[in-house]
Amino acid sequence: MIGSAQKQHEKSFAIPHGIDNQWCPGCGNFPILQTVKKALKDVAWTPEETVFVSGIGQAAKFPQYAGAHYFNGLHGRALPVATGIKAANPRLNVVVTSGDGDVYGEGGDHFIHTIRRNPNITVIVHDNMIYGLTKGQAAPTSEIGLVTPTQPQGVYDNPINPVALAISLDAPFVARANAGDPLQAQEIIRRAFEHKGFALVDIFQPCVVFNKTNTYQWFKEHTYTITPEHDASDQEQAFAIALQSEKFPLGVLYQHTRRPIFDDVVGTYDDDLRPLYERKRDFTIVDALLRARQ
Amino acid sequence: MGMHFKDDFTIVIAGQAGQGIESVATVLAHILKKHGYHVYVAKEVMSRVRGGMNSVSLRVNAERHNGFVERIDLFVPLDPGGYAHLEHRFSDETIFMGVEDPQNAERDVARINFLQIAHEVGHRIYANTVAAGAVLGLMDADREIATDYLRTFFARKGADVVEANIVALEKGFTIGAHTAYHEDITCAFHVDDDLKEHVFLSGSEAVGFGALAGGLDMISSYPMSPATGVLTFLAQNGKECGVLVEQATDEIGAINMTLGAVYAGARGMVTTSGGGFCLMMESVSLSGMTETPIVIHIAQRPGPATGLPTRTAQEDLNLVLYAGHGEFMRAIFAPGTPEEAYDLSAHALALSDKYQMPAFVLTDQHFVDALFCVPQSALQQKDTTKHFVKTSKEYKRYQLTDDGISPRGIPGYGTGLVMVDSDEHDEQGRITEDMDYLRPEMVAKRFFKRKQLLIDVALPPVLAGVKAYKILVISWGSNKPTVAEAVATCKKRGMAHAHFPQVFPLHKSVKALLKKAQKIVVVENNAQGQFADLLTRETGITIDKRITQYNGRPFSVEGLVEQFNKLK
Repeated sequence: MIGSAQKQHEKSFAIPHGIDNQWCPGCGNFPILQTVKKALKDVAWTPEETVFVSGIGQAAKFPQYAGAHYFNGLHGRALPVATGIKAANPRLNVVVTSGDGDVYGEGGDHFIHTIRRNPNITVIVHDNMIYGLTKGQAAPTSEIGLVTPTQPQGVYDNPINPVALAISLDAPFVARANAGDPLQAQEIIRRAFEHKGFALVDIFQPCVVFNKTNTYQWFKEHTYTITPEHDASDQEQAFAIALQSEKFPLGVLYQHTRRPIFDDVVGTYDDDLRPLYERKRDFTIVDALLRARQ
Repeated sequence: MGMHFKDDFTIVIAGQAGQGIESVATVLAHILKKHGYHVYVAKEVMSRVRGGMNSVSLRVNAERHNGFVERIDLFVPLDPGGYAHLEHRFSDETIFMGVEDPQNAERDVARINFLQIAHEVGHRIYANTVAAGAVLGLMDADREIATDYLRTFFARKGADVVEANIVALEKGFTIGAHTAYHEDITCAFHVDDDLKEHVFLSGSEAVGFGALAGGLDMISSYPMSPATGVLTFLAQNGKECGVLVEQATDEIGAINMTLGAVYAGARGMVTTSGGGFCLMMESVSLSGMTETPIVIHIAQRPGPATGLPTRTAQEDLNLVLYAGHGEFMRAIFAPGTPEEAYDLSAHALALSDKYQMPAFVLTDQHFVDALFCVPQSALQQKDTTKHFVKTSKEYKRYQLTDDGISPRGIPGYGTGLVMVDSDEHDEQGRITEDMDYLRPEMVAKRFFKRKQLLIDVALPPVLAGVKAYKILVISWGSNKPTVAEAVATCKKRGMAHAHFPQVFPLHKSVKALLKKAQKIVVVENNAQGQFADLLTRETGITIDKRITQYNGRPFSVEGLVEQFNKLK
């Protein structure tokens, strides 16, 4: 992008003045919002062709502040909605931005089966290991022993490992980023946008109000960046790295193009590239199908 | 026996699941239709893949009667268990042709050892065709018409299979003809040549064809009896029409995927039954809040919980009426015939699109699994105009308007941004907690204003019978033809029948229609009388008599005639 086009793009994804941001001061969602907007600029997507989809939670309010189309649906249900949007109009760029409770907890079933279906969408999961909007209960990602109002004796359920789960399901793009490292996160999200197929970015962020354990400092101490030697196309290698939990690996853990994309195999676009809204039913085909039953 | 059948004849074939009685019914229905007979096939099956005892009833008419009758004129058991299973439907005039009755050696049965004959032909699989042949022989059908049909039906399976089936048919035919001769059975029908223009459709297919005609673009659903037929039909025929069909991994995913597609401009629908619909309910509320159109087809079966998965009921009217938390409008349709199912599926898609809200098509097992002979001229092209606009920079998805309907934009069409939110929102679609102005305005939009719009376009009840009626019999959904026939044939005078293709909201004429009657009788397949309650609630008029049935079986013409004759 050069000249006026670039300037135009900087103005886009802005939201009107006076919109009240409902996030807490210092929330990890703020750097993620800025990072995503920068990555959008890197890939030159426009607001008119970009749809944000979310469920419910503090992270799920992301689309309100992103300055593009959005569908802010029900708790846990962002992924099937995103799949439907992309399937009905593959020309749209579809990005899910929601929290760990939304995508891995309430929406865990959809997480598994959307990876199997492999639509060409990007899924950015804000992972703060806690429930923010409902005021501090355990998330499916909370570590064992974390004391919360509803787990006064400490969390005893084993936390989900979303990146290992996604790799086990052969998701074609699985990455982990840290909101505390915005430059690296921007690069990872850009690559997720560019990837054709289901792309997961699990992004660590602190909850400054309800999670006093997993802070920026904690994430800094408990993560490391994977080396360039890592062969991201190798599922077994990616899985082995994804299982590490003493220090969580950051970067693109797994990436391949071996699996077909949902929009390509569903058959709707085999002979007709137009999105569904541009089509009109040809009744002569219906009439012929009926006639065959005489 | 000495029977002479004129103009109306019911054949029932019984056998275990896996014995292929449904293919006997299909073959017979098509061949009899080619003779100019109207054929209506009702199926009752157990919830199992093999064994058990199932039956198909073919009602063969000179004129079209799609009412369900108990009476069996010709009983063809492929398995001895059929006798005990259907004993309650036998009469002194029932003719038995098939395997022997193990409980009653005295029963006069024209015996056929289907399996032995099938093995003579080459394989046990041909037993079905032997049975079809026997029925056709007894009815003195045209052999050429029958063998021509078999050639087409089995063409894809190769010449050997075609020939073996023709031999099997001939063998059955000879036995049937022999039985007719010895027992002095004749069938003399006044036939209707126009049937060449008729098509055979199951209830599921009628819904599916209506959706195709209505411009359906997308269906995602999860299999559940008896609603799966619509998904199967569209999976097999939708692609030709450009319809996106996806089996979801649960009902919640199904409806949300469809809502996503609708948001992006597709016309969408889901198909399910009561239990699956319970899982969809939060998203019905999402459709109401975001004003995203969707059509939900529910093929009802008896509940609660898993209930009787393969039996019939009309128990989910209240469920659909109140589905989803919060207050918003909806429309509910209940087809009584395949033509109505075709029209109402298309209508529900158009209405839901135009008024941006959920619309329901309520059918039931009895209807979706039945096979009907329908004049193709009744299945016409529909207006599929899509109700969305090209957006501009200033576009507001929830712009407040006089009638409550905001122009619907879709992402990627125009320069505006389309923002939809399940939270209470402002005109743009952004979260708001403005309780003084926006909240009441948005409730008025979703509920009060839409209610008025939907009442204005509601479909009126279909009235039949005497104009100056004393007794008004009311039906909704699949009971229509059975109730109509019972009203027409019972001994009571001064009766009229009102069938409701739309059960909510009610047409303006309903109150006056009810007021005119001295006695109002509502017939429905549930325990409470759910539609009777709805009528009282909406009109203030008391229902005098509720005829309810909730055993999982459809009403029969005979059963209703008996009940109507007893009315005071």
